[in-house]
Order: sequence, then structure tokens, then C-alpha cells
Amino acid sequence: MTFFFYLAAAVAVISTLFVIFGRNPVHALLNLVVSLLAVAGLFFMLGAPFAGALEVIVYAGAIMVLFVFVVMMLNLGKEIEDQERRWLTPKVWFAPAVLSVLLLGGLLDVLLTGGQTHAAATTTIDAKQVGVHLFGPYLLAVELGSMLLLAALVAAYHLGRHD
Amino acid sequence: MPGYLPPEKRSPLQQLGDILWGVYTQLRTIVMIFSHTFRKRDVIPYPEVKPYMPPRYRGRIVLTRDPDGDERCVACNLCAVACPVGCISLQKTERPEDGRWYPEWFRINFSRCIFCGLCEEACPTTAIQLTPDYELAEYKRQSLVYEKEDLLISGTGKYPDYNFYRVAGMSIEGKPKGAAEKESAPVDIKSLLP
Amino acid sequence: MLDWFNAHPHLVDSLIESVKAIVVLLVTVVVAAWMIWLERRLLGLWQDRYGPNRVGPFGLGQVIADMIKIFFKEDWIPPFVDKLTFIVAPAIAMGLMLLMFALVPVTPTWGVAHINVGLLVFLALAGLEVYAVMLGGWASNSKYSLLGGLRVTAQTVSYEVFMGISLMGIVMLAGSFDLRHIVEYQAANGWNIIPQFFGFCAFVTAAIAVVHRTPFDLPEAESELAAGFHTEYSGMKFGMFFVGEYVGIVLVSAITTVLFFGGWSGPGVESHAWLAFPWFAFKCLCFMSGFILLRASLPRPRYDQMMAAGWKVCLPLSLINLLGTAAVVVAGAHGA
Repeated sequence: MTFFFYLAAAVAVISTLFVIFGRNPVHALLNLVVSLLAVAGLFFMLGAPFAGALEVIVYAGAIMVLFVFVVMMLNLGKEIEDQERRWLTPKVWFAPAVLSVLLLGGLLDVLLTGGQTHAAATTTIDAKQVGVHLFGPYLLAVELGSMLLLAALVAAYHLGRHD
Repeated sequence: MPGYLPPEKRSPLQQLGDILWGVYTQLRTIVMIFSHTFRKRDVIPYPEVKPYMPPRYRGRIVLTRDPDGDERCVACNLCAVACPVGCISLQKTERPEDGRWYPEWFRINFSRCIFCGLCEEACPTTAIQLTPDYELAEYKRQSLVYEKEDLLISGTGKYPDYNFYRVAGMSIEGKPKGAAEKESAPVDIKSLLP
Repeated sequence: MLDWFNAHPHLVDSLIESVKAIVVLLVTVVVAAWMIWLERRLLGLWQDRYGPNRVGPFGLGQVIADMIKIFFKEDWIPPFVDKLTFIVAPAIAMGLMLLMFALVPVTPTWGVAHINVGLLVFLALAGLEVYAVMLGGWASNSKYSLLGGLRVTAQTVSYEVFMGISLMGIVMLAGSFDLRHIVEYQAANGWNIIPQFFGFCAFVTAAIAVVHRTPFDLPEAESELAAGFHTEYSGMKFGMFFVGEYVGIVLVSAITTVLFFGGWSGPGVESHAWLAFPWFAFKCLCFMSGFILLRASLPRPRYDQMMAAGWKVCLPLSLINLLGTAAVVVAGAHGA
């Protein structure tokens, strides 16, 4: 299990790198999908299958589909790839890379000094427990979130009206 | 249509009715199609079961013989002229012993033939006839060019009693002028008798 | 040898499970291929003709003949396509469909995966399935394929919304996302088709739309889009799309059976355990034939009509179903 965990983690990191350095926008988005799937796999292995499934349904299955849908229609061709090549100069990626390395250092520090294992990593949280928590202690947050979504829905409906 | 309203202008109740009506019609279609499970099939499994072909069906062309067994074709070339696609060709020759005309060779290119039957209509001797045989498929196109020996059959075809030389006025060996059926003897122009 | 097996019971168990998984997947593929024959025969029956009846008994060998033909066809990749995506798309199509079949509990003892949130994983994989067609359409770099890809994306994303919602009624009744629990719940309390009839209607509509099968085959509408997303595909890549579609029908039939018609349960299963699989197979066969009947009888709707049917009819229907089920469940909990 540990091996598969690190495998999925490596897949997530590498595919995210491909997202950043890829020149073809559709390929970059597909790499992002792979990265999200790998993260979902991590959730499954951490004992949170509900979160993992939702990650796939919402991010990979719906949001990224719409991203790809839009990019597909833009008819991006060779010139876009050339443009990407010109834009991706060391001057541009140097500063973000340094910040990322700092973050990675912090992460490695926590990992290597054996940061204490969180309880969530050892027990499986099934859907029922998630539901009980959402409609128990976190009821107010859920209701606020649903109000926000309802408002967005009404607004989208209003904007989409023809007359 | 009088009283028709586009769907978006109809009342919600009417729209609900439309949906239910649509569901009903779709289900009705499904039931109707399902009832075809118990219906007789419209097709036949062809090579095992052959369809009925009426005798006048215009299929493969044959050359027939008269009741005596001689070939009917007199090589008049009318069929070749009548043929709209020009798929018939033949060469006339004469039989030395009795003077009957017959085709030296007779060729029909069935890869051209459109089975219109005009040759059969044009033929004065009912020699060329169309038959109900339609299974003419070949692997090589050249095999569709039928020679006289492929075309000639031993029977009389659709007109069992007709014999051209017995009704026509042409004299041949053994049948002089005036000897044909319903033909009066030739007038002797040198005689004064009525 | 035997000592080794006795010493590693865990390994032996996982070996047996792997063999079971391979058997289930192989059977699925074979059934999907055989389904092509079934479809052609049934379409023939309903159109008053025979269908394939030449190769082997009842034409059963037709599938084998077609397979041999498609294996030997030239696997042509047009020069203008996006090569990697073009090759990956059919593999995604077939692979995800087979992966989804891993979730189906076939009998009490057979079934590949036993996941606590099986229904959610099913929905997740169904959501990913859209990538196959979408990428196939985009990578082909042709206008018909792209239009097919766009259509399938909009269609699948729309219909997946209420496909999930229509299934939540079942989840409430059974109190679990686990497909095995749902089947056991139905074996004890009666099939879900009766309390969840509207959910069933919405789910079947959505499922047909998601596997883009006639009458919802707008992504590959021959009369408008040549062949839609697989216009540029040939040989085995086309074959994978094709078999994937039929695996999709088998899968939808199996899932419908599991969720609404009691899965393997049926008269006599308690006393004779071997009856479980025949019952499951029989129910699946009924649904497969039903989907073929739909194809035989219903014409393809216009695109806006299909979208309107999804958003204005099926979504409200499944939401009302959800609310009603929730009310009944809460009332039952308080009454008891």
C-alpha cells in the first residue's frame, strides 16, 4: 500500500510538472486530469473514499471536462505552441520555482522529521460519517454554502434568459 | 394549425399534458414495434428458398429452336438494332443444303444487357426470348459474354408451336413457294386461266 | 507446493480473486461481442427480417468473423491527427467501461471489487468516460469528429447531473453507497423499481444518454455528422470504440438490474444458491433486449429537444423523486 501511495504521489507531481511545461494546451489539461486522478487515488489510500470519489466526479468528471470543452473549440494550433515556447523563459519560471522549492523543503522537513501521523490517515471515513458530520457540527457552513450556490444558480438562470 | 401555441407560450398545465402525451406516444411506438415479434417476416432466406418468378419475367436471354429442332434465328439483325445498349452482335450465314439463314456466331454481352426485352419484341421468329433466370453472377467480367452455344437451348421456349419457315413465304429446300400454312399457291403470271 | 499454499493463505486468496476478476472481465467482453449479434438478430426480428443467420448456428459465428476481419484491417492513423490522444481515446473508452464492470456485484460470491462507495465510484467513472469520445473527436482534427465530440460533452455533462440525483433515492432507502448492500436491501424489502419508479425512469434515460446509444446517439448521428467522433477511426481502434459501446449497454443493464431489480435475488435463490447467476443474467438480458427495442422503435430527437428533455423534464422528476423519498424515509424514521 505504501508503494502505491508513493507511486500515485509521484504521478501527481510529474503530471503537474507536465501541466506547467507542456506547450499544447489540451495535453496540459489532460495532464491536469491525470494529476487530479492521482490525488483522488491518494484520498482512497488515505481512507477517505468519499472525498476521492467526489474529487473524480466534480473535478475530473465535470470541471475539467468543461475546461477541455472550451479549449477544444479554440482551434489552438502550431503558433500557440511556438508562443508558449517563447513565453516560457527562465526569467519567468525562476521566481515561482524558488518559492515551490521552499515549500517542498518545508514539506520534506515535516516528512523526514517524522511529523506525527494524523488520525485520519489510519481510519476509513465512509460516506455516512461524512454526512453525519456535515449535517451535525457543520450544519451552518453547509447551509451557507447551499445559499451561496442557490444564489449563483438564480444569477446564472437570470443571465441565461433570452428576453 | 388553429389554436396552436408554441410550447414556451403554453400554460404549465398544458406543458405537463404535452410531456405526458409525448411519453404516451413513445411508449405506444415501442409497443407497436414489439408486436412485430409475432409478425410474419417480409423476407425469404434466398438461396435456400427461391422467390416465385412469373414466366414473363425478363431474365437471362436464350435462343430457342422451332418444333423441328432447327434454330429459329434467321440472323435478321433486328434484335441487334433494337438493343438500346448494343450488347447483341451476330453474323449471318446460309446453310448450303436448304438455303436457311442462320447466325454464324451470336454474342450477347450480359455485362451490358439491361434486360429491357426489346430484342424479344423485335424478333420476327420468336427466336430470342427472355427467361425467368436471374442468377447471372460471375467472378470474371469476360464470363458474362455469352456465345451462341451458351445461348442456344434445345426447346421452343414460350411459343411451342411456332415455326417461322412453316408460316413465312420464303422458299427453302423441301418447302417451295406457296407451301406454307395458309399460303395460296403462287400465281402463274404466264397463264390466262383465272 | 501445497505447504506453500497453506503457508500463504492471504496470497492464495488474492490469487483466487484475481482469477475471478479476469473471468468476469473476459465474460463481459465476450457478452458484449455477442451482444452485437443479439442486436442485429433482434433488430431483424422487429423489422420483419432475419438478421445475420449464415455463419454458424443461428449466425452466432458472425461475431467471430467480424472480429477476424477487424483485426486484419489496416490500422490507419491519418497524418493530421494528434497522434497520442488519437491512440489513447479508444483505450479509455473500452478500459473505463470494463473498469466500471468491476463494481458490479454479479452473485453473492462473485464480483471483482467490493468498494464501500461503489455507487459513487460508478458515477465518477461514468463522468470520466466522456473523455474518450471527447478526445477522440478533438484528436481526429476533422469538423465532423469535433462536432460529435462537442455534442457528447454537452450531452453527457447534462445527463450525468440527474443520473446521480436519480440514484440518491436508492441510497437513502438502502442507507449505503455499497452496491452489495443495495442488492441485499432489495432481497429483504422488495425491488427498488416500485418505490423508486420515477428514479428508474430518469436513470434509464440518463444512462442511455451517457453511453450515447440510440435514441440519444447524437454524437455519432450518421445522417448529420458522417460517423461523429469516430469518423477518422478504423481497424481495431474503431473496434475498441464499438465494443466499448456494447460493453456500455451490458454495463447499464447490469447496473439497472442491481439498483432497481434486485440484482441476483429472485425466487428460489435462498434455497438454491446456484440460481443467483441465472437470475442476474436473465434480468440483464431483458434489459439488453429492451435497449435494442428502444433503438428499433425510437427516432433520434433534435439536439435542443434532447437538452430540454434532460433539464426540464428529467431533472425536476429526479429532484421530486429525491424529495419524496427523503420525506418518506424521515417519516418512517420518526414513526418507528
